[in-house]
Amino acid sequence: MTLNPPPMQLQSLATEARFIELEPYYHPTGDEIALFEVAYLNRLPLLLKGPTGCGKTRFVEYMAWRLKRPLVTVSCHDDLTAADLVGRYLITADETVWIDGPLARSVRAGAICYLDEIVEARRDTTVVIHPLADDRRMLPLEKRGELLQAPPEFALVLSYNPGYQSVLKDLKPSTRQRFVAIEFRYPEPAVEETIIRNESGTDHATASALVRLAHMTRNLKGNGLDEGASTRLLVHAARLITRGIAPATACHGAVAEALSDDPEMLRTLDEFATSVF
Amino acid sequence: MPKTVDAPALQQQLEYLLGPVLSARRSAAPLAQAIATLDLARQAFVLHWIEVIDRSNYELAYRFAAAAPAALEVLDETAARAWLLEALDRYDREGLHSASSLLQDHAAFGTAVDHAVACNFEECAGVLRLFVRGLGGRTLQVEAGPRVSTDTDTLFLPARIAPMPSKNENFNIFKGLSTLLWAQNRFGSHHHDLASACAAYPEPGHAADLLMHLEMLRLTPRIAALVPGVARLLENWHGNPDPRCLRLQQPGATTCDSLVLLEQLYGRLEPPRLPWRIHLHTQASARREARVERERGELAALLAQLLESQRGPGAGEDDDAGRFSIDHHRGAGDGTNYTLRLDGQPLQAPPAVGERIESLLQDLGEIPDDYLQAQAGPDGNAADTAGTAPQEGSRGFHYDEWDCQRRHYRRSWCTLREIEIKPGNSAFVDATLARYRPQIEGLKRSFEVLRGEDRRLRRQHHGDDLDLDAVIDARIGVRNGQEMPERLFTRRQKAERDLAALFMVDMSGSTKGWINEAEREALVMLCEALEVLGDRYAIYGFSGVTRQRCEIYPIKRFSEAYNTAVRARIAGITPRDYTRMGAAIRHLCTLLSAVDARTRLLVTLSDGKPDDYSDHYRGEYGIEDTRQALLEAHHAGIRPFCITIDHEARDYLPHLYGPVSWTLVDQVEKLPLKVAEIYRRLTG
Ligand SMILES: Nc1ncnc2c1ncn2[C@@H]1O[C@H](COP(=O)(O)OP(=O)(O)OP(=O)(O)O)[C@@H](O)[C@H]1O
Ligand SMILES: [Mg+2]
Repeated sequence: MTLNPPPMQLQSLATEARFIELEPYYHPTGDEIALFEVAYLNRLPLLLKGPTGCGKTRFVEYMAWRLKRPLVTVSCHDDLTAADLVGRYLITADETVWIDGPLARSVRAGAICYLDEIVEARRDTTVVIHPLADDRRMLPLEKRGELLQAPPEFALVLSYNPGYQSVLKDLKPSTRQRFVAIEFRYPEPAVEETIIRNESGTDHATASALVRLAHMTRNLKGNGLDEGASTRLLVHAARLITRGIAPATACHGAVAEALSDDPEMLRTLDEFATSVF
Repeated sequence: MPKTVDAPALQQQLEYLLGPVLSARRSAAPLAQAIATLDLARQAFVLHWIEVIDRSNYELAYRFAAAAPAALEVLDETAARAWLLEALDRYDREGLHSASSLLQDHAAFGTAVDHAVACNFEECAGVLRLFVRGLGGRTLQVEAGPRVSTDTDTLFLPARIAPMPSKNENFNIFKGLSTLLWAQNRFGSHHHDLASACAAYPEPGHAADLLMHLEMLRLTPRIAALVPGVARLLENWHGNPDPRCLRLQQPGATTCDSLVLLEQLYGRLEPPRLPWRIHLHTQASARREARVERERGELAALLAQLLESQRGPGAGEDDDAGRFSIDHHRGAGDGTNYTLRLDGQPLQAPPAVGERIESLLQDLGEIPDDYLQAQAGPDGNAADTAGTAPQEGSRGFHYDEWDCQRRHYRRSWCTLREIEIKPGNSAFVDATLARYRPQIEGLKRSFEVLRGEDRRLRRQHHGDDLDLDAVIDARIGVRNGQEMPERLFTRRQKAERDLAALFMVDMSGSTKGWINEAEREALVMLCEALEVLGDRYAIYGFSGVTRQRCEIYPIKRFSEAYNTAVRARIAGITPRDYTRMGAAIRHLCTLLSAVDARTRLLVTLSDGKPDDYSDHYRGEYGIEDTRQALLEAHHAGIRPFCITIDHEARDYLPHLYGPVSWTLVDQVEKLPLKVAEIYRRLTG
């Protein structure tokens, strides 16, 4: 008799709640830290809105460190089901074993549970978080007949990018209205420069040119680009440049190719890159 | 080896092609003699293009025939094509005179030798437009024009740049010129009427050259703050500035400083020669004033709406409350940071408001308080278009059109407007519903089957639930000493229909009578059926006369529910004019592209070929333009499909839609039932 190996999907769920030991670098762009803290103390769930690569994930990591809570991150994708979050039965040779999903684990551990890009998940998943996101703060494990009560330390944080989702993929009002929202935008030029320098060790001139490049691409949002270059892409480009890659080449690889496949657009982005330096 | 055509044969052909502009004093004989000296390929080239140009203007074709033999001595085929296309574009834009002067002067267009390194506007227009957009500020058009200048709405650039020895350097001249003209707009050069200022000098042209040079000195540091790469280029053009001009490079220098220096230095400073002369557009000031006036009105109306949404109706009537104000922050570099306040409280400006404010800021430097009074416009709803892409300007939408003869787009050739349909009598809808009740019930049932319900897959390797049957079997199996099977789960399969369909309905005059009636009935039934399915759909009618009046009639937008207003519009569909399909397809595709769906379907309901009154749309031209528009749709990830009642469809629809993406409904009276059926097959 052989044992079933755990299916692939379940292996990937076995990420443990993790404590963040070292202070992550996070540069505040407004009063988001205070807002997060007050919401946390009042046990209110949070919704982080903002375009890709603007620091949402980094912010949550920073807050987890600051509040000294373990962090469980789930990247939602369009096959993610309620069972993936809550948990499910597994079969072994002669018994069925219940395995907690990441959401159940965070509730038990009093962790911060971060559901990244929640609208990507299947619709039924948003429903399981409802009782957890209001006064009840409960997670029903229906298949097991168990009701988990969240401890005060537990926090639910969702992220969501309103930019490129369709009207259809929007969050339902009943979900949305349970959360305190924090809006993220790309930081002010001076702040964005500081972030790039800190993350890549590049010099002032390079960081400033990259920020100008980013603004030019952001002006093209809706004119051939779905999104402009994010802070993340700028950090990537800066890292290549500090390691000796020519700026135009670095921007082509890290920024232009990441934003578009269209030859005309690529040509334009390359022109931006040669013009800002 | 095929022989060349001899002069008498050519003369005969030319007399036929150019007949209308030949006369006793103007014969085809000299033309024929000159063309006879060319080799066969060149002869064919000339004759082909005479035929093409004929469609625009016989006189122009004649002048081409006269100029071609000499030109083809020096221009290779690609260069000759560029030269001709530019002449045709000029004809479209500026008329015969400008076009024939280019035809007479092919030398100015460059010789075959430099063609390889020349940069044509047409080739790089896309990149230049994006580049200028990326620089920021108010949206500016970028076009080729006879003189490099800006009228504050459009940047005019040369059709072709060739003085430098490499293509890249020539492109850089384009880049430098566009950035400079952009900066004139961005940094307030035209806040003053520069053309009048120059007119006061003995030699206005000379004054304008000097002023453009001074402005370039002033703008270079501004440009350097954003795109130093381009600024270095401009510095190369203007060299080290004259010491008397240095104050223009101080931060805070304005066009006033340039005007003062113009007065001091006129006749005392010779501006350096640039790779391209930059002109002053005489209309710049007038354009700016007209725009300010228009946007001021729009802003007032938008603010009235904003006030109402903030405070409820009737707000702002007593004078103490409902006051908007603006703080201008002079930020580093970008001068347009501002905060909008309502009664002192900061307010996030909606995009439509922000756009007007930014444009006015760019035109005026700051926004005077009396521009911020909320005032409903004459029709009270200036902002209705706000937030929906694409935005219709006061002059309509513009679309390119494909000219199959030129093998080239005519830029912004068609003007298209969205026009409200006058609601019809909704008794029509009720009657249709009553008449087809059983069929509609049938349709609904067949559509229900399609509805995206999740299916459970059994005996899966992994999944979100145990498959009880499988588990029981497994237990039994294990008891009996078999191996533990692996497929014990059920999994739900996503069956979401991620589909958006846009129906494009022929409203041309030829649909008059029962076709129109069948179309309307078809739409009613389609809507009934689609409501069951839950697919996103929209319906638009199309018609028009000539390229200046292409019309689109919204019947049901994607964002609208199938409600009484939509029903009344369906009832109100009436036959109108012609079918210039290309522009309609291009417009509807932009709408469809804005919807996020895995599959986007453009379904055309038509009764015949594309057709329009005059300008040769009928026939090959119209068919090829339509085909090109459909190809563009394909590129944009849209699947076109056509339902037609034209019995001749077989002759041209396969060419337009491919062999399978169209269908003929051969009896009009079947149309109402068929349309929904076809849609079901198409998406099932
Ligand atoms: N405020 C900030 N402080 C420090 N680093 C930042 C900040 N904003 C962005 N970054 C940098 O940008 C990178 C991307 O940020 P992050 O991964 O948090 O983006 P995100 O908003 O979660 O994006 P996505 O929506 O794509 O997941 C970070 O790795 C970091 O280098
Ligand atoms: Mg993230």
